[in-house]
Amino acid sequence: MTRPAPGLPAEVRRWSRFVRTEDGRRWHLLDTHPDAGHPDTPTLVCVHGNPTWSYLWRRVLAAAPDGWRVVAVDQLGMGYSDRTAPRTLGRRIDDLDRVLAAVGVTGPVALAVHDWGGPVGLGWASRLADRGEADRLLGLVITNTAVHQPDRPAPGLIRLAWSSALLGLVTRTTPVFVRGATALSRPGPFSSGLPREVRRGLAAPYRSAARRSAVTDFVADIPLEPDHPSRPVLDAVADGLTRLDVPALLLWGARDPVFTAYHLADLRRRLPQAELHRYPDASHLVVEDVPDLAEQVWRWLRRVTGPGSLAATDDDRRPADPPGSPHRPPHRPPHRPPLYTLPVRTGAVPAGGRTDRPGGDDALVVVHPRGGRTTLGTDALADRVDRLATGLRAAGVGPGARVALLVPAGVDLATAVFGCWRVGATVVVTDANLGAGALSAALRSAAPDAVLGTRSTLLAARALRVPGRRLRLDRLLDRPAATEALDPGVDGRADAPLAEAAVLFTSGATGAPKGVVYSESRLQAQLDAVAGLLAPPGDDGRPQDRLVAAFAPFLLYGPALGLPVVVPAMDPTRPSTLTATALADAVAAVGATVLFASPAALTTVVDTADRLDPGRRAALAGLRRVFSAGAPVGAALLHRVHALLPDAELHAPYGMTEMLPVTDVTAEEIWAAGPGRGVLVGRPQPRVRVRIAPLGPDGRPAAGADLTEADLTGEPEVTGEIVVSGPHRKSRYDRLWVVESATAQPPGWHRTGDVGHLDADGRLWVEGRLAHVITTADGPVTPVGLEQALERLDGVAQAAVVGVGPAGTQQLVAVVRVTDDPPRRGVLAPPALATAVRGAARAAGPSVPAAVLVVDRLPLDVRHRAKIDRAAVARWADRVLAGGSARLDW
Amino acid sequence: MRVLVTGASGLLGGGVARALRDRGDRVTVLQRRPSGITGVSEVRGSVTDPAAVGSAVAGQDAVVHLAAKVDVVGAWDDFVATNVAGTSLVVGAARAAGVRRLVHVSSPSVAHAGRSLVGVGATPADPDHVRGGYARSKALAEQVALAADSAALAVTAVRPHLVWGPGDEQLIARIVLRARTGRLPVIGTGAALVDTTVLENAVDALVRALDVTAPDGVHGLALVVSNGEPRPIAELIAAICAAHGVPAPTRRVPVPPARLAGSLVERGWALRHRAGGSDDHGQPPLTRFLVEQLSTAHWFDQRETRRLLGWTPRVGLDEGFRRLAAAS
Repeated sequence: MTRPAPGLPAEVRRWSRFVRTEDGRRWHLLDTHPDAGHPDTPTLVCVHGNPTWSYLWRRVLAAAPDGWRVVAVDQLGMGYSDRTAPRTLGRRIDDLDRVLAAVGVTGPVALAVHDWGGPVGLGWASRLADRGEADRLLGLVITNTAVHQPDRPAPGLIRLAWSSALLGLVTRTTPVFVRGATALSRPGPFSSGLPREVRRGLAAPYRSAARRSAVTDFVADIPLEPDHPSRPVLDAVADGLTRLDVPALLLWGARDPVFTAYHLADLRRRLPQAELHRYPDASHLVVEDVPDLAEQVWRWLRRVTGPGSLAATDDDRRPADPPGSPHRPPHRPPHRPPLYTLPVRTGAVPAGGRTDRPGGDDALVVVHPRGGRTTLGTDALADRVDRLATGLRAAGVGPGARVALLVPAGVDLATAVFGCWRVGATVVVTDANLGAGALSAALRSAAPDAVLGTRSTLLAARALRVPGRRLRLDRLLDRPAATEALDPGVDGRADAPLAEAAVLFTSGATGAPKGVVYSESRLQAQLDAVAGLLAPPGDDGRPQDRLVAAFAPFLLYGPALGLPVVVPAMDPTRPSTLTATALADAVAAVGATVLFASPAALTTVVDTADRLDPGRRAALAGLRRVFSAGAPVGAALLHRVHALLPDAELHAPYGMTEMLPVTDVTAEEIWAAGPGRGVLVGRPQPRVRVRIAPLGPDGRPAAGADLTEADLTGEPEVTGEIVVSGPHRKSRYDRLWVVESATAQPPGWHRTGDVGHLDADGRLWVEGRLAHVITTADGPVTPVGLEQALERLDGVAQAAVVGVGPAGTQQLVAVVRVTDDPPRRGVLAPPALATAVRGAARAAGPSVPAAVLVVDRLPLDVRHRAKIDRAAVARWADRVLAGGSARLDW
Repeated sequence: MRVLVTGASGLLGGGVARALRDRGDRVTVLQRRPSGITGVSEVRGSVTDPAAVGSAVAGQDAVVHLAAKVDVVGAWDDFVATNVAGTSLVVGAARAAGVRRLVHVSSPSVAHAGRSLVGVGATPADPDHVRGGYARSKALAEQVALAADSAALAVTAVRPHLVWGPGDEQLIARIVLRARTGRLPVIGTGAALVDTTVLENAVDALVRALDVTAPDGVHGLALVVSNGEPRPIAELIAAICAAHGVPAPTRRVPVPPARLAGSLVERGWALRHRAGGSDDHGQPPLTRFLVEQLSTAHWFDQRETRRLLGWTPRVGLDEGFRRLAAAS
């Protein structure tokens, strides 16, 4: 008798059992509760694919919570189950039904499937429904698989294995297919593959040609052709799945050459209720590649089966859904009203009177770096938007389509965004500074239906392997607007505000870029929130402000709020190219009153201010408010900007891609408050709530991984994770259920991943990132307050405070960039500096840096060159302070 | 409480004996040289001498065992005789005499296989992999001591890390001497984080360990004791030099050549030693052990130690250096 060998994990051998079914077949399976237990005990049934076996699910079994039974079968002919004659898909579904009956799985059941275990397991689920037992189904966990093959050529590897000439050779006489399938697994771009013991474990039952025969048979039964004998069964499984109204979770490895984005899209069509987490770096064997996948499976199952739980994490719909109700998003509306308030659409503009608006002649002005400017009046901009919308509609882009925008900031970006919204499409917007790898990963994760770009950016899109049809902006604009074609049936259906309007990518400054989905209503709320930062409307009820957008996203607020906006002569993707002269010219161009700029842009402005002539200096004085956006702004920079623009009110709002703005503060308030533990970012904006989830000694929120409202506090001076809520928070993360479920907590809130505290006046102070909290033996220490204290020392230009050593007993390390030349040799700070740093630290808190290291530069984020990559600093310091090389990693 | 302190002529042993005396314990000391401590009973002799040990242990409630051969180089047989056999003798005598508690003073080097120790706890003594005769013999000694832990005799091993203070003949004096004679290079970047223990804190910790060691309290385990204030090794050495008015070392040697040189010197020294060279030749300029000590991190997780002993360091590093300067 062949049974799991001693080389396998002890747990696997403990769960291992054999069962004979009524047809005489002997099955091998892993079973956490072989005594079956109470018939109402929920059971998770795991069905592997080809050529793996129940071993694949060992971590899921190991993580099973009390009250659950887990049964992972070896399909007949596979693993340690009986070898049989070739079996068709239909027979395999019968087989599964029989073995589950034999081991007493008769009560509530959830399924986890992988690869060709998908059609078998999901086919069995449909069969339950057909038998009237649908209410036994608790949930479906679906990993890389398919229930439908396109009629186009099948995936290369499967086709290769299937093609008859190679079939026997590849799968039976050599272990190439078995080994090949495991070799497909690559847990990350830098990984060399699965650990050796896992590769051996997966291959353990397939040591001889005889034992591999079912692998061949399984491959032969993959219905690639429409006339394949198993094709009708597969089609029935696919149809059955579409009818199943069961919670589902898709955990998908994106680097799978077998099951691709096509299969994922097909499954999502059939299971619109499914939650999805797409792992960009995981492969076909996603169950192996993602170490915490088992944990996520149970996290989700607890949510869909627990009392008062709700699988749905789509924040938009949360209030409408009673707890526990099955979640199913509404179908997309065929049409919906556009978001933006360009007067052509709002009806607020009398016929023929479009220019009778503030900024009518200069709705959007772009000053070109090489001289000249483009000025579009409201009419002209609206005409461009309508022309693009007409072109998009003619190209078949309509409501619900995702359009990735690869167009230059300026007129094209405004046209593209509003044009897409005009036809009800979703815009997918990334940061041009992401770098090719991250940009490609981001755009592929969003799976756009179309890419809208210029000739050169579309070429780049091809190089980046971005999916979707290619649409050239200039060609789509190349025809007159046909507004009547755009308007039919804009009926404002009740769920239109819930429709997805934008997928915005985080910068990646604080992690891999994540897609953030905004619905129309959430974006509208964001517009209201931004409007709240500006001057109130004048006596005539009209907005007063005119904007300078030195930070690309903000140029969209102009047309959206009905305010004139000017883009200064600069490279919008490089904020530091904004000179004082260019800013002054931009201000003069529209009589601007408000500036949105990143700290990098403001730095260049003050650096170049000595070149201003008196006229331009006077023009700059027209600015009433300056908003520093996109990154934390240093105290020194605020002083310099104030010196240049003494009459302007300087604001440093706090927010993130997931919610903007959260709070706002002026430079005066910052100066009046003086130094504190962190950076003062001010009071919550109207309708925004800010709470703190207090940290435990391990530097994580003490309440644990899942926060409830009772875990949040508004008490002053308590340091913890900053948790925010407001009508303009994101709808959800895009295809990242794991991230969404871990951060959309409590329901209706967003966990920012930042740490900070509220003061007695209700103002928020940001103390750093949660991931950068240092856990010393004396408790958690946040870096920002200490860094600021160090940066006030003479001779210190910039400081990063990080921890080295194991969590809970870390030592503080200060890494500083000095204003003078760094010491010629060594990384240790000169004694006087080390003493000064420790003295400042002692004054700021209980913990003193074990080491003070000096570098000539610190690693900064790509987008703003403002956020220090403390994780990189910590890795470096860990090595240096263990006696390793001091060569900078950045 | 009647307490025997072995090795009381040393810096730490003397400190412990005085501290116990000062709080009213009846203290006996055992060592070869006169201890110079007043108010204690003194037994002169070696821990390798069964008669001396037997008479010192008789009638005691507790033993703090510090006596050891501490050296960077030396004959293995000497290390075994004093550190392993001596400990065995003390433990056996304690058991025979009905002593209830034993604090065995060990060293973090018993678990240090040459790699960096970064925020670790007291990992098990590892005589097979530690570096040098001292560490290997102390690892065996700790195993002997902890193996004797029983319901009748509670044993705790305490590993103070790099104890220093005024009057220190071991660490401080050697560093100062080497620095003064230019035989102490900065190895690598000098940034390796090293934790140390100010003498007073080590004394406190040992006294606490004696008090909490009991069959129903702390027993049968090893605890590392340190100040919990690691500093870059070059900074520590500079501070020690500064306290003695000696210029801090500036000569830098990259780690790999230093390691090789240390290795060669060590072998050469051993050969010379074997060939009948006198013990009075002093210390070799550089040993592999020393290179590793100077170029790798060793600092420790003190949470468990502090919790179990109910102890925190009383004298901070900066205060320790001030006292050192005042005394020199």
